[in-house]
Order: sequence, then structure tokens, then C-alpha cells
Amino acid sequence: MSDAYLPGLTVSELTPVCKVRRLPLKGEVPVKAGERVEPDTVVAQTFVPGCPHLVAASNLLNIEPGELPSVMLKKVGDRVQAGEVIARYSAFFGLLKGRCQSPATGVVEHVSAVTGQVMIREPAVPVAVKAYISGTVTRVMPGEGVEVETTAAFIQGIFGIGGEGSGKLRLAVNDPGEILSPRQIKEEDRGCILVGGSLVTAASLRRAEEVGVTGIICGGILDKDLHDYLGYEIGVAITGHEDIPLSLVVTEGFGRIPMAQKTFTLLRKLDGQQASINGSTQIRAGVLRPEIVVPRKGAEMTKEVAATGLEIGTRVRVIRNPWFGKLGKVTGLPVELQKIESEALVRVVQVGLEGGRRVTVPRANVEILS
Amino acid sequence: MSEQRVNVILAVDCGSTTTKAILIERLGDEYRLQARGEAPTTVEKPFEDVTMGVRNAISEVEELAGRKFMDDKGIITPARGQQGVDLFLATSSAGGGLQMMVAGVVRKMTAESAQRAALGAGAIVMDTIAVDDGRLTYQKIERIRQLRPDMVLVAGGIDGGTVSHVVEIAEILAASDPHPRLGTGYKLPVIYCGNSAARDQVGELLAAKTDLKFLANIRPVLEKEELGPAREEIHNLFMGHVMAQAPGYKQLLAWTHAPIMPTPAAVGKIIQTLARENDINIIGVDIGGATTDIFSVFDQVFNRTVSANLGMSYSICNVLVETGADNILRWLPFTIEPAELKNRIRNKMIRPTTIPHTLEDLLIEQAIAREALSLAFAHHKTLAVGLRGVQRQRTIGEAFQQSSGEETLVDMMALEMLVGSGGCLSHAPRRVQSAMMMIDGFQPQGVTRLAVDSIFMMPQLGVLSDIHPQGATQVFEKDCLIHLGSVLAPRGRGKIGDKCLWGAVSWPGGSAEVDLHWGDIQLIVGQGPFQADLHPHFAVDIGAGRGRALRREVAGGVCGLFLDCRGRSLMLAEDEKTRVRQLLKWYEQVGMYPMSVEGAL
Repeated sequence: MSDAYLPGLTVSELTPVCKVRRLPLKGEVPVKAGERVEPDTVVAQTFVPGCPHLVAASNLLNIEPGELPSVMLKKVGDRVQAGEVIARYSAFFGLLKGRCQSPATGVVEHVSAVTGQVMIREPAVPVAVKAYISGTVTRVMPGEGVEVETTAAFIQGIFGIGGEGSGKLRLAVNDPGEILSPRQIKEEDRGCILVGGSLVTAASLRRAEEVGVTGIICGGILDKDLHDYLGYEIGVAITGHEDIPLSLVVTEGFGRIPMAQKTFTLLRKLDGQQASINGSTQIRAGVLRPEIVVPRKGAEMTKEVAATGLEIGTRVRVIRNPWFGKLGKVTGLPVELQKIESEALVRVVQVGLEGGRRVTVPRANVEILS
Repeated sequence: MSEQRVNVILAVDCGSTTTKAILIERLGDEYRLQARGEAPTTVEKPFEDVTMGVRNAISEVEELAGRKFMDDKGIITPARGQQGVDLFLATSSAGGGLQMMVAGVVRKMTAESAQRAALGAGAIVMDTIAVDDGRLTYQKIERIRQLRPDMVLVAGGIDGGTVSHVVEIAEILAASDPHPRLGTGYKLPVIYCGNSAARDQVGELLAAKTDLKFLANIRPVLEKEELGPAREEIHNLFMGHVMAQAPGYKQLLAWTHAPIMPTPAAVGKIIQTLARENDINIIGVDIGGATTDIFSVFDQVFNRTVSANLGMSYSICNVLVETGADNILRWLPFTIEPAELKNRIRNKMIRPTTIPHTLEDLLIEQAIAREALSLAFAHHKTLAVGLRGVQRQRTIGEAFQQSSGEETLVDMMALEMLVGSGGCLSHAPRRVQSAMMMIDGFQPQGVTRLAVDSIFMMPQLGVLSDIHPQGATQVFEKDCLIHLGSVLAPRGRGKIGDKCLWGAVSWPGGSAEVDLHWGDIQLIVGQGPFQADLHPHFAVDIGAGRGRALRREVAGGVCGLFLDCRGRSLMLAEDEKTRVRQLLKWYEQVGMYPMSVEGAL
């Protein structure tokens, strides 16, 4: 491929943001196109079939499965309460008897004369999809969901955990190289999204959880801290469903890595504003990166220069050893393949690193800074 | 289309990240690869149209070949002069491939047959539900509700056998009310291929909730497994339902001259063709970014497994989690803190398209590849087994072996060829690295040929082998396979330093003396063919029987002949210092990495 580099993650001061909010199953959409919504507004809802319970009724009654329909007190479709007797068996003038109770409140869905089982389904569970961001409903997909649009500052991270949340942004450090320590997380940060610097530790994550922080944004995290906080190791890069009360967005990667100056400066500018955060990450079929959305009412869109590809002067970050995390500008784009230290023949880019050093790096190992 | 009239063939493979197109042309009497192009797959946002990636990959081939194959309407056909193709074919694993759930009554019998049918059809099996799988009913229901498979295959019971257990499985499915992964407006396809006597009850439970199809029993009697009809139906449903929901596939289908095939099914076909035409036992492996697929043919029995979360980029951290940092570190001839190693692997996971720049990073990735291969192969061996539940008479000898009767069909001494594919094997800087990764990952015994897929075109050749076997075979042998050579390895282990193997190896224009001890590996470089005259220690078997000399011709290749006396399983020292010295010695003996003074990297 001629352009074998990674496009950088978006860090934009103001850009149109559109979020598709869709139900897992068909349902109803209580909002209309053009309506203003806030992160907590329910924009679509449905009922997921309730939890089923299979009761081995014929075993409990000590009868043949084929006899079950004749001893049922409840028919398919009948409502039952937890503990209610649904089948009763009596033989030999009452000398042999048994009864079967419903394990849950619900509806009798199936009675099997083959397996002797009765299925009781609990009432349907309501599922609501919220707007997640402040904005306007621009499109309604009947029975499925909506699209919500806004103009916002939009920042993508490289990796995250935890689902969606919203809260006030607060800069908790003074410098992008600073470590977010537990003592920088205060009681009044409840419901806030905190901006850290180069690293967040397991102790800080626990402190944030204790205080009730909604989310944390920082440059890096160590593998051991992530493991320590979650209690297990993440195997596949699909996150967002962790059982944790906060969201984490890592902007640079694993290790102690200062947050990119551009990202930190933008977050400093947005300090105190309402933001939405989503730690969900999926680095496979349909890449999904974690994100922070800060809607900005009344702000004017400025035309941003779209990344067009690697050119002389393009600002890049090296994303692999031996210069992992270093920033620089493209100084050369040799056409011919070159042999690198690993002996692989690859397409390379020459980069003038900050500090003056000039290095040659595989094109696949740099990302463009927007 | 008559095979004779086919002169120009274009085939694409839509992978999860890259779409690859190859151009094959008839030159005189034979078909040869002419050009290859690739472009990012466009099945996801913001494009959501697979044909864009296909067009981009084909336009790269057009540029290289200086010809035109597409216009605004699609593929130009037939070929005339510098325009058009006679045959256009496609395979796909984009969007996560075909993801299935299977169910059966007994985990090691009908459920295993269902699993084999799904895997053989090219699916990823997300879970296998069985009456005796150790989970409680509510746990099974909860699991099925979490999964959103593309389709479900239900087997269970031999004809005339249990009905109640099959119905129990159907009840669990009905209770879970599963929904398909793609699209919200259609019913989940369910294939029922169990006891035919249970059809009415199964239909009663599932017909209203799912798109239910009935097929002949996959296991009509215990001694027989009929996987063909189920695999065929899986392919039909893959085309009709799954692909129809994926963006752009209807258009792609209109362009192709044959149905689109799931990528692993196509690779399986070409591996089977290779085994059949050469009459050999073979193992093929495709180690990708997300999954590792293993295919084997032993005594004409084909098996495929996919380890869905063992890969070299997206799933690289899962290899780390499954094997542990220590098992990766054991392949590295230098010291690195486990915490640093883990951070590096996690950074590869989140930036999966990066490549190793330093030699140290290359060694780490190749260490992980060995572990991924080894884990995937262990998984394969557990599934590539004979039919269980079959009564068989044992000989006196077998009775004394205390075996369970559930042995894997994979016999490493009988293995004749090992074929590797996937980025880390096809694109390793030195071919000897590919060979060593396969040797260490699979640990073949006796004499085994080694080969790699040059540019990963086995999927396209697999689908072509259905339509045009001659073209597929010629390109496969001339342009696809790179023969690395052979490995000769004794079975078992001995004391490090004790005499293991001696004799001579000759080849046209040369010869070499062999005198190897346990713990040694030697590479005799050359294309061969080699004439081996080798004598093992009296307790050692190198393929001719314990203590017996081996006199035979052995194939060479771009690497040559590996004489591997490092033991089966490999004897890696526990102590770090000794192990580092051992690794440096092995790597130097085969010229695996650039070495500087006295073996230091």
C-alpha cells in the first residue's frame, strides 16, 4: 500500500459530531426530529424478553413427562407469582402426592410433554437508550433509534475502559507530564471528568471510584495498574462492558507517556464545561476508539486542515520502539524500500525529532498529529 | 464456464483489515500469477461498502498489469485484448467472518460433530452448548442471550435415539430467544440436523422465533458422521442471510461468477487439495491478526479449528493472557522486565498495524508467534479426534496402553508437510525465522517438509480450486508455496550433551558429516534433494523405528535441512543464564538473527 501509516486520532476544537443511538431490538422512539436532548434524555426504549426459568416439573412430581400437561394447574399464557403452585399430582387416594411451585413471577410460556419441563418467563425488562450527548435529534429511525447531532470539541483516545458517562471537566494536574495522584482527587470531584497528565495509577482509579468521579482522561497507564484495578487482565481489545463505575480514556498508550500538548491545551481550555465520555474501545472489525465530546453552544466552526497524508513538514508521533512517543516533523519520504534494524524491507519516513535528532522510521510506525 | 476458455482470472479476498486481489493468467499451457494488489477493506464506517475496497485493490492490479478490469458497472467480462476477465471470484472474512453457535446433546459426541461441521464450513464457533457441558440451564440461557451469532447449528441424538434431550436443547434455545448479530429486522437462521424423530417438537419450539431449517441427521448412527449437507447449508445461509446484511455484498455477489466463500473454508479447500493430490498428511496454519486457523489432513480426514482470540495484533494480549509472560520470555535471549514486556505487547494491541523496528521487538513478536501457534495447535489436537462413542475392539497391546480411546488424529511422526501462512510467517525478514517459528510452535517429529505461502493467496486459490482446479494447482505450486526445506527431529528427549544422531547427508555437488548431541540443532543449507544416511542412538526414533538408521531422500528448499535434536518436547533450560546461552547457540547454529561478537545480539 502506498500510504502505510496510521491516521492520527482526532483532536478537534470544534467539529460536527453525530451519534447514532440504536436499540438492540425493535422498540419505540419517544423523541421527534428537531427536539433538543440532554445526555440523560431517553431517546429510544424497548422491552427485552424477561429472564426464563426452566422447571423440571415432572422430576419434581415424580411422574412421566407425558403426564405433565394433565397435572398442570396453569396453562400456557397464564400469569403466575413466585411460589405459586403451578402443578399438583395426587395418586392412590392422596397417598402419593406432589406439587410444583413457580420459581419466579411471570408467565407460563411452555409446558413440555417430552422433557417434562415448564418454562416460566419473567416480565419483560425495559431497556432505554439515552442521548449520551447534548444536541438535537436530526433523524428518527422508526422503532430503532435516532441520530443526535451537535457541534463540539471532540477528542479520541487510543484505549479506554468503562461505558458512557457525562459530567463537568476538571483539570486535575498542571502539566501534561504530571502523574495523577490520589491526593489530587478531591471530594468535590463527584460526578466530574478529571484530566490527568502522563499516568493514572490503580490507587488513583480506586480513589476516583470512592469519590464518585464519572471519568478520567490521561496520557498513559501501566499494564500492572490496569490489571490491579480491574482484577483481571484484558485479553482481547474489546472494552466498555467492565463492571466499574467510571470511564477511563487513555490518550497515548501503555506506560508513563505525557499527554500530547495539543490535547492537554484543548482540555485546559474546556475546563469547567459539561462533557460526555465513553471508554468503549474495539480495535477490530469496525474500530471504535474511546472519546470525549464537549458540546460548545454558539461557538463558530473554524475550518480545520484535514490530514491528507504524509508530506514533508507533517507533524507526526512515533508509535513504536525505539523512539516510542517522540514527536517530530517529516523531513523525507524515500520512495524505495529500506532495510531497518529488524532486517525487514519496508517503506520508511525520515523524521526530525523534537530536540534535533533525525531518524528513519517505518511508515507504519508513525501517526499523523491533526 | 468451460475450463479451456478461461484465460484471465481475477480473485479477491476481503479480509477483516485488507482486501487482496490477484490476477492469474494462462501463459501457454500453464496458469501463473501476474500481479497482486491490496487496499483497506471498506466494510465498516465511514465507507460501509465492501466493493470500494475491492475496486481499490483491483485498480492497483490494473496499474501493475497495465490493463482494465472494471468499469462503472462492475467487472468487465469476458476478457478481450487488454480488457476484462474470464472469471471473477471472491472470498470474505470481513466484519468478523462467520460467527456461529453450535449445540448438541452430548458434548463429546453430537455437539462435537456439530462443531466440526461449523468449523469445516469456515465459521468461528462462539460457544458449544450441550446437555452435559457442566453448566446449569440458566447459565446456558444467559450465555446464549449474551451471544449474537450469525447462525446456530443444532445437532443431537442418533436417528431413533433420544428425543427428550434434543427437545431440551431446543427449549433452552427457545427460552434464550437469540438474535442475529447483523441487522435488527430478520430472524436468526437455525439449522437443525439432529434426530429426525424430534423435528416436530423442535419445530413447535423454534419455528416461530427463528428461521428454522431441517437437514438430515449429522450423526445418523454413532459410527457415522455426515457433515457435508450441514456445511453446504451453512454456506448457503452465509450467502443468503449473513452476507446479505453486510454492506455492499449484494453488489459484490452480482459481480462474481461463483458464490462468495468464507475465507477459512477456501483455505481449507486448498489444503485438502494439496493433501489429496500429493497423497500426504499435512497441517496448514494461518496466523492472522485476530485468529489462528489450523487445518489438518491425516489419513484423508480433514479437520479445521479456529482459535478465535489467538492472533498477532488485535488478539496479541490474549496470547499473553493465555500463555503467561514467562512462556514468552523463555524464547528471548536477553533480559527484559515482565512489566515492560507487557506494556510493549499492549501497545501493539492498541496500534495493531505497527511493525517491529528493532531486532529486540522482532524477537518479542516471534516469541509470541511461537506461543500462539503452540496454543492453537494444542486446541486443534483436542478437536481433531476420531468419532467418540463408537465401540471398537481392542488388541491386547492396546489394552495395556491404558489409553482412553480419545486420541487425536494428529500424529506428528506421520506428518509429512507443514504449511504456514499469515503476516508473521509470510513476511519474516529471514525465511529461516519462519521455519523456526513453525518448528518450535508445532515440534514435528521424524521427517517433515516445511513451506510458507509467499504472499497469502491461499484463500483465492481455494475458491478457484472449486471452479478451475487446474489453474489453482498450477499457481499454488509455482507461485504460492515457498518450500523452506525439511526438518528431521527425533521423538522424545535425552540428556543434554549425550550422543543423539550421526552419519552423513549428501546432495548434488556436496556432502556434510553429521554428529549431533541432545540439545543441538544443525541447518544444512541448500535446495537439495538431500540424501540422508543417519543413525540415531539405540533408544531414539527418527522415523524409521527406534534405533534404526534412516536412509532416504529428503527435500530441501530456500533454507535447507534442519537436523533438530533439541528434544520433543523442547528442552529449554529453567535457569535464565543457561537458557539465554542455549537460545543464542541455537539461533546462531541456524543463522536465525544477525549476530555480532561471540553470539551476542
